[in-house]
Amino acid sequence: MISLASATPSALLSVQETLKGKTRLGSGCVSTLFNKEKGKPSIKKKSCGRISMTVAVNVSRFEGIVMAPPDPIHGFSEAFRADVDVKKLSLGVGAYRTEELQPYVLDVVKKAENLMLERGENKEYLSMEGLAAFNKVTAELLFGADNPVIEQQRVATVQGLSGTGSLRLAAALIERYFPGAKVLISSPTWGNHMNIFNDARVPWSEYRYYDPKTVGLDFEGMISDIKAAPEGSFVLLHGCAHNPTEKNHIPFFDVAYQGFASGSLDADASSVRLFAERGMELLVAQSYSKNLGLYAERIGAINVVCSSTDAAARVKSQLKRIARPMYSSPPVHGARIVANVVGDPALFNEWKVEMEMMAGRIKNVRQKLFDCLSAKDKSGKDWSFILKQIGMFSFTGLNKTQSDNMTNKWHVYMTKDGRISLAGLSLAKCEYLC
Amino acid sequence: MEEIYDSPLKLHSISMHDEYKDSTHFLGLAEIEDYSSCGMSLRLFLLTLVPTKINLGVGAYRDDEGKPVVLQCVKEAEAKIAGCDFLESVSSAVSSKLVEESVKLVYGKNSDIIKEGRFAGVQALSGTGACRLFAEFQRRFYPESQIYMTDPTWSNHHNIWRDALVPERTFHYYHPDSKGLDFSALLDDVKNAPDGSFFLLHPCAHNPTGVDPTEEQWREISYLFKVKNHFPFFDMAYQGFASGDLDRDARSIQIFVEDGNVIGCAQSFAKNMGLYGHRVGCLNVLCNDAKQAVAIKSQLQQIARAMYSSPPIHGILLVSGILSDPNMKALWVKEVKAMANRIQSLRTTLRKSLEQLSSPLNWEHITNQVGMFCFSGLTPEQVDRLLREFHIYMTLDGRMSMAGVTTGNVSYLANAIHEVTKFG
Repeated sequence: MISLASATPSALLSVQETLKGKTRLGSGCVSTLFNKEKGKPSIKKKSCGRISMTVAVNVSRFEGIVMAPPDPIHGFSEAFRADVDVKKLSLGVGAYRTEELQPYVLDVVKKAENLMLERGENKEYLSMEGLAAFNKVTAELLFGADNPVIEQQRVATVQGLSGTGSLRLAAALIERYFPGAKVLISSPTWGNHMNIFNDARVPWSEYRYYDPKTVGLDFEGMISDIKAAPEGSFVLLHGCAHNPTEKNHIPFFDVAYQGFASGSLDADASSVRLFAERGMELLVAQSYSKNLGLYAERIGAINVVCSSTDAAARVKSQLKRIARPMYSSPPVHGARIVANVVGDPALFNEWKVEMEMMAGRIKNVRQKLFDCLSAKDKSGKDWSFILKQIGMFSFTGLNKTQSDNMTNKWHVYMTKDGRISLAGLSLAKCEYLC
Repeated sequence: MEEIYDSPLKLHSISMHDEYKDSTHFLGLAEIEDYSSCGMSLRLFLLTLVPTKINLGVGAYRDDEGKPVVLQCVKEAEAKIAGCDFLESVSSAVSSKLVEESVKLVYGKNSDIIKEGRFAGVQALSGTGACRLFAEFQRRFYPESQIYMTDPTWSNHHNIWRDALVPERTFHYYHPDSKGLDFSALLDDVKNAPDGSFFLLHPCAHNPTGVDPTEEQWREISYLFKVKNHFPFFDMAYQGFASGDLDRDARSIQIFVEDGNVIGCAQSFAKNMGLYGHRVGCLNVLCNDAKQAVAIKSQLQQIARAMYSSPPIHGILLVSGILSDPNMKALWVKEVKAMANRIQSLRTTLRKSLEQLSSPLNWEHITNQVGMFCFSGLTPEQVDRLLREFHIYMTLDGRMSMAGVTTGNVSYLANAIHEVTKFG
């Protein structure tokens, strides 16, 4: 007989105790049920008839379940909202803001949605791999339509729930078909990477990436850690990267910011394309949360580049099989938006312009921040890393104490590792931040 | 120096999974049950150009012309949210609204449970997502537990708990002879399961059989659950489709709650709001108090965070918009009733037609069974004949989606069924 007390490490009251202690029962007849030896209760249904039980719910079987730790990034969004200081600045979440620090819905997205509304499309299930039109355009956007891997149909593309969902599909594929294989994650990396691989039961370890001394890339450390990893590991790379070709490692790109790094969608995909063109097999997760501002629609994809068309077909079938018991089929709305924007030449061009505008704003902010800091800081510290780092974030080099101080004293919300989201900074606020 | 690499990935060792070969996007392959031969049959069906072909495979509602339906209340909700700037900063408030309105459908809008916040509720990726979150939660906090499922149950239930690494057992449910509930065997199985077992129940419109316990039978089951301290997890995918009345269809859950059972419930808005592709659902777990509810909710969110972070906003906006506006909600209630009524009337018509054809078999189960599906009792051979000779598609277990039956095709269907069964 299963005792709940053995169910979890935390203490749970046993069934016997709860029944004796907590239940208030309406009829005397029922008491016979609980004067029993450990084992099956004797149920005298026929003689007692139906008993109306005005019982208190037993002590919950969930008694031992504790509060989960707050998410380091999203957790403090609540704190930010609660903060009443007018000077407050949110530099935590990687979400684009306008100069007025407002969320931004792209014009092309509004246009696409209006088109969709006019067409009045139905809401039937997508298939497990998602919207075919979306899968086509997303792979082409990533690899370039004339890339051999596309022409030879060697990419298994499956729509996923943004970057997280796509990574999770890949993680499940690794766990199932490459048992014991490790994923190498950069240190530092996005916090949720660890959660994803942990929950998917894929072992991981970190490779050195960020050098706090130079506030830049620790190239030597990175190479050496990658070389030291077991044969056939998956190396999780952000954007442009060293080629981890030794020991049959498999590159695994997390492309969450295509277009945001340089302002050019093609340029930001160059490392992925380079690896693909070399005939390598690789995994690439995509997200449209940032570059199309579709954060809440959860739209992305997992792409697996294989050495043959047949392998790609088989991999795709297995990815579908992983998706089905997770959510059956992915959500339709975001997929249609992307398919409409990327698939329509006019809208696509408009998007490129908006993309350049958003990336441009961040570049300006970087410049202004650098100028301010260089002017204010008389210690001779080199702040040029702000200009050298690319994308939405900057690693300031602030430690945990300093980051906390930023929040507590100055109402500047950032993550404890010293990362700030420049997308949440306006030119106007640069002075304050400095 | 250029280096060309051969495949280090042994992707050649990954085999093709039969069921997933086809990209049958307009048939909602996720709903198809039988894997081994179904792929072949479905392909055959798709290739058929015969105008009389009938698809009774997918559990998605169709109108009397056999077309997918976007509900009027949904269209109105779409128009309302079009052009609004809804972004991540708004979504948590909207998500809470969705959960609040959803659980009202489970517990009743005036329930103390809701007033006291005694439930942990999170939005989920439709019914599948809600079940998966719960299965993962079960595995994480009750690692020695199993899940008892009805025999038969929706095929994806097996996949969900299996991928969450929770071992499953089945318990008696469907009686093939009566084509109804095998009640005494069900009770025996519940009695014989170890105390505190986890059970997966369908509160209404059972998939695939269409066989639901009566209210009195539910009371007995609930009583037994309380005595055994079992945990019932309800997967409510068809609320409104069993009786046409949303409240009535949730009655079984309410009986369990009234008896003091601690329950969990997955809800889906795929069918009853026609939001299939939007993946909107809700998972809630009944707790002791609000404090515990907060803890459990945090754990569920943690599980979701590593799977997909947060659910897609569009469907959430539609559902919460409809449920929180009295007029739109009233419209929805009417539309659900209309869908259920259409299916009910075609059930009657199909049964009458078969009886009028002097079928030697008993077809009472067509009208006794409720919801979207009819477990016809047809054998795989008969199902196969229906496909090849009459271009009528259903799953090999004989499950027919009654939503695919129309006034236009019901005679043809009756004739076809009669043809393949007239010799017994």
